[in-house]
Amino acid sequence: MSALDKWLAQSPLITDGAWGTQLQALGLEPGTIPDTWNLSHPDRVESVARAYVEAGSQVILTNTFRANAVTLGEAGLGDQLDAINRAGVEISKRAAVGRALVFASIGPTGKMLMTGEVTPEAALEAFGAQAASLAAAGADALLVETMSDIEEGKLALQAARTTGLPVIVSFAFDSGKNKDRTMMGATPEMVAREMEAAGADAVGANCGAGIECFVNVCKRLRATCPLPVWIKANAGLPEIKAGAITYSTSAEFFASHFPALAEAGASFVGGCCGTTPEFIRALVRTRSGACA
Amino acid sequence: MPDLQKLYDAVLSGDRNTAVAVTQEAIATGGDPLELISKYMVPAMDEVGRLFECEEYFVPELLLSARAMKGSLELLRPLLAARGAQPVGRVVIGTVKGDLHDIGKNLVASLLEGGGFEVIDFGADVAPEKFIAAVQEKGANIVALSALLTVTMPAMRTTIDALKQAGVRERIKVMVGGAPVTEQFAAEIGADGYSDNASAAVTLARRLTATAVRP
Repeated sequence: MSALDKWLAQSPLITDGAWGTQLQALGLEPGTIPDTWNLSHPDRVESVARAYVEAGSQVILTNTFRANAVTLGEAGLGDQLDAINRAGVEISKRAAVGRALVFASIGPTGKMLMTGEVTPEAALEAFGAQAASLAAAGADALLVETMSDIEEGKLALQAARTTGLPVIVSFAFDSGKNKDRTMMGATPEMVAREMEAAGADAVGANCGAGIECFVNVCKRLRATCPLPVWIKANAGLPEIKAGAITYSTSAEFFASHFPALAEAGASFVGGCCGTTPEFIRALVRTRSGACA
Repeated sequence: MPDLQKLYDAVLSGDRNTAVAVTQEAIATGGDPLELISKYMVPAMDEVGRLFECEEYFVPELLLSARAMKGSLELLRPLLAARGAQPVGRVVIGTVKGDLHDIGKNLVASLLEGGGFEVIDFGADVAPEKFIAAVQEKGANIVALSALLTVTMPAMRTTIDALKQAGVRERIKVMVGGAPVTEQFAAEIGADGYSDNASAAVTLARRLTATAVRP
């Protein structure tokens, strides 16, 4: 039995919520790459991770979403790639203290392959260096997330697989009338087929839209491939009210979709932008209610 | 004269090589550059925009069509300049200060170039002073601001305020966009226009230039 199968024996697992919006609440300035806080403010990053473990997350991520060689290199931080990624895993592992698994986050390069802003070779190398550092620091699995381009997702997957860890690839379905396309036009079916063929251990959907759009996407991923499905939805879209930024979805509304997602075959459920530990507590309550 | 319907088709299907080849042939046989643009290429880009709005086209198709359009325009522009024709408009574009995301902004820049605009792209994390300088020194008549993060949206207001302070706000049109930006927010901060996707940004820029001061 593979490590992933063993964890999934108690599926659906509850994962964590947003990190970026939580770090902003702790004083992260716009324009600062959040991942640099792994070195400059490890205590604050750890407090976010710990809040999720205490809320009941069975899987937490790492603050390494943007710590690939392309993004860090552009910010003049290329020489800190290994330190930032290692610290990210170490912080999450300290917070998890064996109570939660640590899946290390790998986000997109932020550059487009098709316009030549980044070459496939450079992207592969950028993901490869990050994946190696995350694996060396002891991550339980790697999560390639918020992808919109199938080609870039494949390159990240290829790089991540060289570590031998389980790899999940998750796309942001934020376009189209029904929010069932990525920005690059990929459908859940295309994502499931291509990622399964390229050797992913699980596929998923994160960010993009509110949780009500994810049930349909989850069903379609599940119907196209036999892999476990990872779901992490936003707390709706940000709204500006009286100058302050708020997200439209409440923790209770969010959690009320848990049974439908479980029914649709989700193996992991959590939150993306705008979600907080309160959302995770609500998910945990809903799940225990559903099982009782 | 080549069959110019092929030029329309090449832009619509994003076939840069054919667009360039047909344009070369048309120029060699005395075709009118303005007619190529207004009768074939712009209508093709309009159709691309319509297909995008209907969700038959997605970002990759938009980019390919913009690339085909740009390839053809590069051949035609020197001919137009020799006649003294001005670009449709001169746009300075950038992601606002504090925001490092540039994928959406790059897409808008590509499509504006495809739409015949001259584009000055400052990249990401752009200070208000740079936009002001571009208006004063380079004669930009549209300032296009992008933000992906909710926390950097206020920098759009700061930039518009800085343009006012510098006394150049009346000379230009300001358009804003980016995932968290809304029509309401655009109105609130005193922008002239908002669009929620890259294709609509070109339509908006055309509408704004119709009332703007020419570069």
